[in-house]
Amino acid sequence: MAAKTEKAAKGRKVLIPLVAVALGFLLGSIVVLLTGKNPLLMFNAIIQGLTGINIATGGFNPRHIGELVIQAMPIILTGLCVGFAFRTGLFNIGAEGQLMMGSLAATAVALTVKAPTFVHVPLILVAGMGAGALWGAIPGYLKSRFNVHEVVVTIMLNYTALHFNNWTILNVFTSVDRVKTAEFPTTALLKDPWLADLTNGSRLNWGFVPVILAVIAFWFILEKTTFGYGLRAVGFNKDGAKYAGMKVDRNVVLSMVIAGAFAGLAGAIITTGTFSFGRTLSSAEGYGFDGIAVALVGMTQAPGILLAGLLFGVLKSAGPLMQSAGIPREIGGIIQASIVMFVAMKLGIERILDLAKGKRAAKAALAATADGVGEVGV
Amino acid sequence: MAYIIEMLNIVKDFPGIRANDDVTLQVEKGSIHALLGENGAGKSTLMSILFGLYTPDGGSIRIRGETVRITDPNVANELGIGMVHQHFKLVHNFTVTENIILGLEPRKGLMIDVRKAASKVAELSKLYGLDVDPNAKIEDISVGMQQRVEILKMLYRDAEILIFDEPTAVLTPQEIHELIGIMRRLVEEGKTILLITHKLKEIKEVADTCTVLRRGKFIGTVAVKDASEARMAEMMVGREVSFSVDKGPAAPREVVLEIQNLCVRNNKNLLGVKNLSLQVRRGEILGVCGIDGNGQTELIQALTGLAKIESGSVLINGHNVTQLPVRQRLDRGLGHIPEDRHRHGLILDFRLDENLVIHNYGKAPYSRYGVLDFTAIRKNAERLIEEFDVRAGKGPATFARSMSGGNQQKAILAREIDRSPEAFIIAQPTRGLDVGAIEYIHKRIIAERDKGKAILLVSLELDEIMDVSDRIAVIYGGEIVGLVDASKTNENELGLMMSGSVRKAV
Repeated sequence: MAAKTEKAAKGRKVLIPLVAVALGFLLGSIVVLLTGKNPLLMFNAIIQGLTGINIATGGFNPRHIGELVIQAMPIILTGLCVGFAFRTGLFNIGAEGQLMMGSLAATAVALTVKAPTFVHVPLILVAGMGAGALWGAIPGYLKSRFNVHEVVVTIMLNYTALHFNNWTILNVFTSVDRVKTAEFPTTALLKDPWLADLTNGSRLNWGFVPVILAVIAFWFILEKTTFGYGLRAVGFNKDGAKYAGMKVDRNVVLSMVIAGAFAGLAGAIITTGTFSFGRTLSSAEGYGFDGIAVALVGMTQAPGILLAGLLFGVLKSAGPLMQSAGIPREIGGIIQASIVMFVAMKLGIERILDLAKGKRAAKAALAATADGVGEVGV
Repeated sequence: MAYIIEMLNIVKDFPGIRANDDVTLQVEKGSIHALLGENGAGKSTLMSILFGLYTPDGGSIRIRGETVRITDPNVANELGIGMVHQHFKLVHNFTVTENIILGLEPRKGLMIDVRKAASKVAELSKLYGLDVDPNAKIEDISVGMQQRVEILKMLYRDAEILIFDEPTAVLTPQEIHELIGIMRRLVEEGKTILLITHKLKEIKEVADTCTVLRRGKFIGTVAVKDASEARMAEMMVGREVSFSVDKGPAAPREVVLEIQNLCVRNNKNLLGVKNLSLQVRRGEILGVCGIDGNGQTELIQALTGLAKIESGSVLINGHNVTQLPVRQRLDRGLGHIPEDRHRHGLILDFRLDENLVIHNYGKAPYSRYGVLDFTAIRKNAERLIEEFDVRAGKGPATFARSMSGGNQQKAILAREIDRSPEAFIIAQPTRGLDVGAIEYIHKRIIAERDKGKAILLVSLELDEIMDVSDRIAVIYGGEIVGLVDASKTNENELGLMMSGSVRKAV
């Protein structure tokens, strides 16, 4: 009985986001219907984005898979960033800024260091992580030292990062083009013609390797190490952690450092993988907010964040495919938003599940008493 | 006589557990009816059903002879059922009257007619001998007074049936005495009282009838005047319970924990502990008693490293630990059972096995090179569960949150005793626990003393202090106002010192 309920509780944890996703797609379908289109075209576009297979025509184009990975990589990382801080009880709205700082540091190392690829690329990734970590450390330190709320600091640091990035690109790494730096040397790039060929000319690059490593690191640190144990304790109950002799303040800073490193890595991968030059930005690109959604839908667990990142990635990458099928590409955004909303309505979903289960149980009980084997007590 | 409340064959299931299994409770109008049971016996569930917080899975409820469906607390209010919760639900910077009228403010035009309300409150207060000032702010009145405000809240709403949930847990002996008087007065005026408690002494003193629950099952209803305390305890626990704490004389040896001229600031930035000095010897239990809020919390937190020490020093085995962080104090032989087991003692969202290594997770065998060894952690939990009889539905994998209070406390006790601390600070070890668990915990504390540990026991329960301690220090206003031998004092003497009117032999 006990084992059963535990299993049920675990199953429930997985079930809620799945129900939310299903409801999100249902709502998306309704919106498509309202615009007078066939929702099946939307699902066809999404399946095409996920597998490269166009069911309607039977065609296969691996480029779509490559583009899905390109879209998913940064938001998986910002999802890890937000999720990691969240597990320590911190709400990190600053993934965007941490990502920009990572991207700027990657640009700097790509343009100034001369080294063979196998040194240059890791150096760029580490620089990106370092810059993101440093940017995350600021709110972490202010929180632990002066009890300044991390939400306020991280939001402000997002703007600071945006303008610092633009100023640096314009004044330090200037080029003829006002919006971007000079092209990086080929030693700095995650791009590989072999991967591009494999996926029919997509932008797919080696960035997925550090992303997978990051997912594993997230899981390992939090679930398997003494350090992660301390972080989770702080996240659940600060006073209890203090009583047990944990260094709560230090843990808060370190949690933000690691969270920032995830986002910084995303910045480096975008800059040297998707692009091959540093860019000025007119505004935030939304990776940070997508990260919050991914972390939320992924229930702040490593496998969940990976899957949620892929899901939101496919909603993005399927956008152009939907458009070519005559469906507004904003539908992807609507589905994403409604999934987040349904996950936030966790209690409501639990209620629905309980009712469904209650009905089944009542039926089963009725059947059981009819057979004369009703359960008595516990 | 007619029953005012009849709860017949109530069944309530929660996932994995049947909290109420065919429970019947019949309360006569104008009586004080006690509901007795250990923690997890189903008292709270039953009362929550009566108050409309849960709906029962089986059985029926009749109020004044009519079958009713109490779907939410508003229905309960309309039926004249009121509940005085264990944790008061009051707005601290509101006055007594403002708190009482919250939700049904009498109006005069667009304004709230506070004056009218205040006079009604004063009237009620006088009628029942509550002696509450309607215009005092909640934050300025004592806990006992706050409880009376809760009672007034019910009376203001014309409640006829008053449920008291563990009302004496937060009161001093004198306040308990007064509360009992108030309850009698309420019954004289025709109210009916349902008293949830596990304190037999109080039942014996005030209740007419007593219904006993054990593990969700109805055990019986007895007339209090015909039943002995021992009989009721046996019904509650299911076996004979010894009330007197079995302990031999102490054999104190050298000083282990020494507190010298300690000063600690409280959260209002005033000195909560003033120039306090105490010595605890190996092989003795020094009890610290006092009315809540007289510096106990500050003292405990200063000793254990959770609060900053303003001046003075703390020595463990001669080592000065005054400035050391928590972890290093623990390594120097300090043990601590915190007064708030939910806030400090446990990480409620961690599993039991994770909670049991909360101090030692960084050490072998529970981790190597910073990587946790969950097999070792689980084995440790299995061993402690077995040794300390911790009951947890899913064993080591049970989440602390889902365990009963008694078992949570046993888990903390197991963890701390297993560390074998030299200087053991034990705060409120049995708060909210039932007799069975209290008996067990007292036994383990005395066993630790006999093993040669120096124990500082801080408790608000005077009985506990008197039963378990060898010496008793009385704290008042952050100072030690008395230090007496436990065998040569009595409740009266301690009560007078606790109220600050007498000082003795410091």
